[in-house]
Amino acid sequence: MLKTFPKGGIHPPENKLTADRPIVILPVPSQVTLPVSQHIGAPAVPVVEKGTAVKTGQVIAQAKGFVSTNIHSPVSGKVNKIDTVVDTTGYKQTAVVIDVEGDEWVETIDRSSALVREITLSPEQIIERCRQCGLVGMGGATFPTHIKLTVPAGKKCDMLIINGVECEPYLTSDHRLMLEKGAEVLTGISIIMKALGVDRAVIGIEANKPDAISHLTELAKAHMGITVQPLKVKYPQGGEKQLIKACTGREVPSGGLPVDVGVVVQNVGTAFAVYEAVQKNKPLIERIVTVTGKSVKNPGNFLVRIGTPVTALIEAAGGMPDDTGKIVNGGPMMGKALAMTDVPVTKGTSGIIMFPAGVSKRAEVLPCIRCGKCSSACAMGLEPWLISVLGQKGMFEKAEQEKITDCMECGACSYTCPAKRPLLDYIRLGKATVIRMARERVTK
Amino acid sequence: MSNILNVSPSPHQQSPETTRKLMFGVVIALAPALAASIWYFGLGAIIVTLVSVISCVAVEYLIQKFILKTKPSISDGSAVVTGLLLAFNVPSNLPVHIIIIGAIVSIGVAKMTFGGLGSNPFNPALVGRVFLLISFPVQMTSWPIPSGFNTGYTDAVTGATPLAIMSEGIKNGETVSALMEKVPSHMQLFYGYMGGSMGEVAAIALILGGLYLIWRKIISWHIPVTILLTVAAFTGILWAIDPTKYADPLFHLLTGGIMLGAIFMATDYVTSPMTAKGMVIYGIGIGVITVLIRTWGAYPEGVSFAILIMNAFVPLLNMYIKPKRFGKEVKHG
Repeated sequence: MLKTFPKGGIHPPENKLTADRPIVILPVPSQVTLPVSQHIGAPAVPVVEKGTAVKTGQVIAQAKGFVSTNIHSPVSGKVNKIDTVVDTTGYKQTAVVIDVEGDEWVETIDRSSALVREITLSPEQIIERCRQCGLVGMGGATFPTHIKLTVPAGKKCDMLIINGVECEPYLTSDHRLMLEKGAEVLTGISIIMKALGVDRAVIGIEANKPDAISHLTELAKAHMGITVQPLKVKYPQGGEKQLIKACTGREVPSGGLPVDVGVVVQNVGTAFAVYEAVQKNKPLIERIVTVTGKSVKNPGNFLVRIGTPVTALIEAAGGMPDDTGKIVNGGPMMGKALAMTDVPVTKGTSGIIMFPAGVSKRAEVLPCIRCGKCSSACAMGLEPWLISVLGQKGMFEKAEQEKITDCMECGACSYTCPAKRPLLDYIRLGKATVIRMARERVTK
Repeated sequence: MSNILNVSPSPHQQSPETTRKLMFGVVIALAPALAASIWYFGLGAIIVTLVSVISCVAVEYLIQKFILKTKPSISDGSAVVTGLLLAFNVPSNLPVHIIIIGAIVSIGVAKMTFGGLGSNPFNPALVGRVFLLISFPVQMTSWPIPSGFNTGYTDAVTGATPLAIMSEGIKNGETVSALMEKVPSHMQLFYGYMGGSMGEVAAIALILGGLYLIWRKIISWHIPVTILLTVAAFTGILWAIDPTKYADPLFHLLTGGIMLGAIFMATDYVTSPMTAKGMVIYGIGIGVITVLIRTWGAYPEGVSFAILIMNAFVPLLNMYIKPKRFGKEVKHG
């Protein structure tokens, strides 16, 4: 029996169309756009001006405060302007626009592909390097890595869990990374283990990636304390709390963090970024993006510089199919729909999915028949039908009692509803209000 | 880039399961029992089913179109299911006008007055059935004897149900073993060779339908299994105490509406609890009340009443029986 989390979960069609497509390096675009907020926390502050010449890997915006991180130029060239742009989330924010000239890298970055296994930095230096290099969680949440690697005072972490689940349908960037950069990922994991001071790491991978499981299991033999845990395919296994439960049986308390049960979770993409930052001194300036869709001519996994326009990715995948009705940034379950394609790839862009017009619109909403499928699907043990109505009717105190803030917005309830009710929409509404109310209580 | 892009919050895909498919699944699951009814009761079963389904759908359509003035939603299939279930719960020789009255009560009173699909507290088909049982006690308890496919409609030969024979006999002081001679054998009961409501007789066909529902994940096992186990346990205890006064558990499981009730009536989404724990409590309640009515009540059969009584507790069960929240108890592995 493969391990998995016990409560709830769904199994949407996997549609991993690009699982066999090797990572393709996309050419450097002629212009990049770099929003100053590509992470959770305070936006970075630009340290360049119009006309400043920059090299690849140079800091162009500095972290503001602890919960923030640096942003580097992914190209060499001249700053064209600092302007307000619309980013992938649809919000406006400040961005640095750079016109590309050549590709001249900062000298301290080791651009060779030679594997460096020996870890020379101390734990503190590793964390500092992650901060300097602008590392964030690559799974899509984009929480600054240096904070996650800093175990809060009074807490103890005894193991690291690496998220290689990639439970979102369509996405294959982590899968390809594990296959093609397995040795680097494992060294990255060893580095994170050293930073955290733990001697155990478990890589959770779903059973629909048998090649990645066997490849990493083989490579892990050379690394002390790292094991691979195959998991049953079930969404949302990539959720931190679900993954911890599946791999260790530990249950993160409601409102708590993984470290409360002695665990830190990092994505495989982040482990790779840590490897590059620590061993090669390379900041986070590129990432792998899956560009896919059932009518897409040439779907694939692309290694692109951050700031590359999404249009360039779509072109690389053979252009936007004529039947496209919706483009999603991220996975189909938790990603955001793009209103326009003229937006840049950011640190959190894991995939671009083009859906045909036919499936891009929601089905007609029918009355709730109280089938309870949403409750069965909820991995947090919530009652989506109830908290959704509470959110809709504005009964926020009751919604708080029903643990609406435990919702991780995985979308399993809305997916599974036979009446096609927009459960998560109203849960989000309620959750946002409840969080605001709770914050006001604290400040009063 | 001439495409106009749709923008909406996640998730961006929905499961292929729809209300209509679920309802159609129930219709498929009812098919074996319908076939068995036609096999045993002939023409009557066909007429009763057609009249019931057509009038349920028509009543819903007319109410939505002319009274509520909303878009008719008969295409969701729920009225078809109610119609089938109402037909299954009445004798196969029931006159047409009585069936139509049943449909009006089921859909008009029990469903649409509360706001239509999803809002009704009580199982519509059962409300219709119980209304008819109380209003037309003679017609509703003259059970045709299974006499094959060539049986006529209202001229069918009638007789008592095994449960009625048992209930009456025990009241008159006869022993169970003597009464067992007067009712069909357990094997005959299992295949459905007995008098009764047209859809309730063939246990084997109903179980087949139930397995299909569970396999399609339309229902979970909790409600039917708990009801059947409760009935078996309760009647088993009574039987163990005095086998001359109480019939054996298998007799109880194979007679009356218990199979139909446990598998198809009690599992109606709208009127049953939404958590597994709630379902188990609900199932135990139905099982206990059924046996209480069968053993000590005025009616020989009590499944309909038991389900309707427990329907009333469903809002309470949904309010107080919560799923176990993730992360409620901190565990260290």
